[in-house]
Amino acid sequence: MAAGVAAWLPFARAAAIGWMPVANLPMPIAPTNKNKHQDELIILNVSGRRFQTWRNTLDRYPDTLLGSSEKEFFFNEETREYFFDRDPDVFRSILNFYRTGKLHYPRYECISAYDEELAFFGIIPEIISDCCYEEYKDRKRENAERLMDDLEDNKDSKLPNMTFRETMWRAFENPHTSTMALVFYYVTGFFIAISVITNVVETVPCGYMPNQRDIPCGERYTEAFFCMDTACVMIFTVEYLMRLFAAPSRYRFMRSVMSIIDVVAILPYYIGLVMTNNEDVSGAFVTLRVFRVFRIFKFSRHSQGLRILGYTLKSCASELGFLLFSLTMAIIIFATVMFYAEKGSSSSKFTSIPASFWYTIVTMTTLGYGDMVPKTIAGKIFGSICSLSGVLVIALPVPVIVSNFSRIYHQNQRADKRRAQKVQKARLSRMRISKSGSSSAFLHSKRNGLNQSLELTGSLEEDQQLKKTTSLLESQHHHLLHCLEKTTNHEFVDERLYEQGYMQTALQNFPSQSPSLSSEEGITGTCCSRRTKKSMQPLSATHTHSHTHNLQELSALHIQCGERQALNTSRSSLNLMSDESGSLNCKSSGLVTTAIITIPTPPSNNSRASPDAPPPPNPDAPPLPNPGNDVVKISAL
Amino acid sequence: MSVPVKRTQWDEDLSQFRKDHGLSKKVLLNCCLVRRIISWASPKQKDSVEDELELSAARHRPEALEQLEAQTRFSRKELQILYRGFKNECPSGVVNEDTFKEIYSQFFPQGDASTYAHFLFDAFDTDHNGSVSFEDFVMGLSILLRGTVQEKLNWAFNLYDINKDGYITKEEMLDIIKSIYDMMGKCTYPTLKEETPRQHVEIFFQKMDKNRDGVVTIDEFIDCCQNDENIMKSMQLFENVI
Repeated sequence: MAAGVAAWLPFARAAAIGWMPVANLPMPIAPTNKNKHQDELIILNVSGRRFQTWRNTLDRYPDTLLGSSEKEFFFNEETREYFFDRDPDVFRSILNFYRTGKLHYPRYECISAYDEELAFFGIIPEIISDCCYEEYKDRKRENAERLMDDLEDNKDSKLPNMTFRETMWRAFENPHTSTMALVFYYVTGFFIAISVITNVVETVPCGYMPNQRDIPCGERYTEAFFCMDTACVMIFTVEYLMRLFAAPSRYRFMRSVMSIIDVVAILPYYIGLVMTNNEDVSGAFVTLRVFRVFRIFKFSRHSQGLRILGYTLKSCASELGFLLFSLTMAIIIFATVMFYAEKGSSSSKFTSIPASFWYTIVTMTTLGYGDMVPKTIAGKIFGSICSLSGVLVIALPVPVIVSNFSRIYHQNQRADKRRAQKVQKARLSRMRISKSGSSSAFLHSKRNGLNQSLELTGSLEEDQQLKKTTSLLESQHHHLLHCLEKTTNHEFVDERLYEQGYMQTALQNFPSQSPSLSSEEGITGTCCSRRTKKSMQPLSATHTHSHTHNLQELSALHIQCGERQALNTSRSSLNLMSDESGSLNCKSSGLVTTAIITIPTPPSNNSRASPDAPPPPNPDAPPLPNPGNDVVKISAL
Repeated sequence: MSVPVKRTQWDEDLSQFRKDHGLSKKVLLNCCLVRRIISWASPKQKDSVEDELELSAARHRPEALEQLEAQTRFSRKELQILYRGFKNECPSGVVNEDTFKEIYSQFFPQGDASTYAHFLFDAFDTDHNGSVSFEDFVMGLSILLRGTVQEKLNWAFNLYDINKDGYITKEEMLDIIKSIYDMMGKCTYPTLKEETPRQHVEIFFQKMDKNRDGVVTIDEFIDCCQNDENIMKSMQLFENVI
């Protein structure tokens, strides 16, 4: 229960008087609070800094150190204060948690120090409020990753029992793991460079032939270049095959970008080998040699920055798309305008709109080759507008791309999306947990028979037993919920039991008596189905969701949500109910006596279905057509 | 003219533009049709900023402690404790209905307490100004916790009588009882059915409505409750809450 709300518990209990005239059953006895001296200031001395607060404030969270009797261990008799030898700065946030119900994470604080303090005071970090939770999780993840990186660096020694294949793959991915890998790394890098330089030099003209025409070196020293090319391709092929062999998932490897680049780099050579020197295919052959330049992309395995650049472009796809789109629009508009403006002039180079595209592009990117210039006045005016707008259109998306690149570069390719998803899921499940916490506490104490003991007597032992397990606040809250149960003559049950009850009855395959409920299959999980049309406040209806798979992250208990189907309530199945309840571990045998005791007075209450209790005579009871109104005590009978 | 954010602003802009340019309304609508469609299609922003401003401006300070002490049956210390809790949750000094519902719903996590909280709010907000100040709060609590049985029954009657006309009709009772059942939520044993609240209302009316005229007046109510031992006992239940 939130802190501030605990202060309103007296109000909620007082308002319960509104139920009393409506109720048909007697109410349970209220828990008494023995110690009237609640309004006490206590002093918490944390390393010399004194904090003072009301005792009530600390009692709001009885499962923490300060809220429970554990703080008595730190009580200093002489000075009559509680002394803690901990960090007073962090203690400020912790004490504020008691006061306001919200736990904040101060940004300047070290994450591990904060975690330690929270662990000492018994507060789970998951209740950090939303405003600080993401920051907390970010820092925690950073810290964990840093620790993991350190660990990985230390564990680069060869692990035993790694297959040859795995060793090879590791060598390929981390070249600095072994000398062989490093040698291989440099050799391939060298050959990539050689191959690229060869491609370039091949086209440089060197020397004259007698027929007075510059020929490129490639044609002059054909064999030399061919040998070089063959050597490079052989190295690349061997490398590709080795990688393919060593890859843990070959299919995935083949689909990866780097392997596609590898393939494209070596394929032209093989195609060239296969094809003969026909005249008609030589054109295609020449085109293929262009693809040899893709070998330069193989350098991206060697350079982190290149990989980041590629990743940036991929992630800025939308900005790039926008840039392209706006440029295209502008080009078409201006080309059309220029074409029609220059139509009149003679010997105009603007022969068609597509021809004007070239002019527009050159002008907008402020290149201005000068091969096409407008001659008419209108053309010149529009041409100047074109060049001015070109600067604007191009300058707009560029800063976005640049900032993206720098962000990614600094974060070193951390996957942001994955993190955001986890935080979102954790947040939702946290809200759910806090909601279900109080209701499950009530059900838990019911199962332990403590609430029933309230009905019997207000005797001293029962009270003490009560105090041992629940705080006063909790017992009062449970009493309030118990009163509500009595007013409506229905009981709160756990989701599991609700589901189990259904399962048991469904096995027996009795027809359902409540068709209205059976039509509500597959409900989204709001607890109050009849009011689903009204907008529900998120607080009151969350804990029954079936997204429970993320709860491993959190320590609280979780309630499973099964499918909702009608719970059978026919009279003949009442025996089944007691069977189902046998699966509960209910300690109290006092439930039987409870059933008997609470029967007599209310005139309209019908028989309890506990077999031991005789159905009481109810002469003036109006006949209830629906036997489902009976309260069946869940007890091991 | 930039695209306006709020619709009211759009209206003002429009009238301003019209005044400036003397264009006819039809022309304007036609030319700004696209913009209008866009501003309609975009989600309307609630005027929550203004709401918050209003509420924070209404920083209510309660009457002096002595006056409250005289008007209610609480001691000074008890009033102090109550005020501290109240102010903690509502720093502005007044509770509006949404906060009220939220607070009350925290006690009933399995069900929907908002309807019953709405009725409670109406019962506490005696001057019907839409907010419960500390005085209203404390007066209500004084009746509930320290009042005579007569006063408590009066208060309960006031709660049930939604339109405050002096009679409890079956519809009003049905609303109240439905709201109480709503607080239980869905996961109950036995399962809640549609006719359960109605039956409960029938039982109630059979008990309370002596002259069978379909409504329960305050006298019938008080008479009947005073003759019912259970109700009398349960009225004393929360004596020692504060």
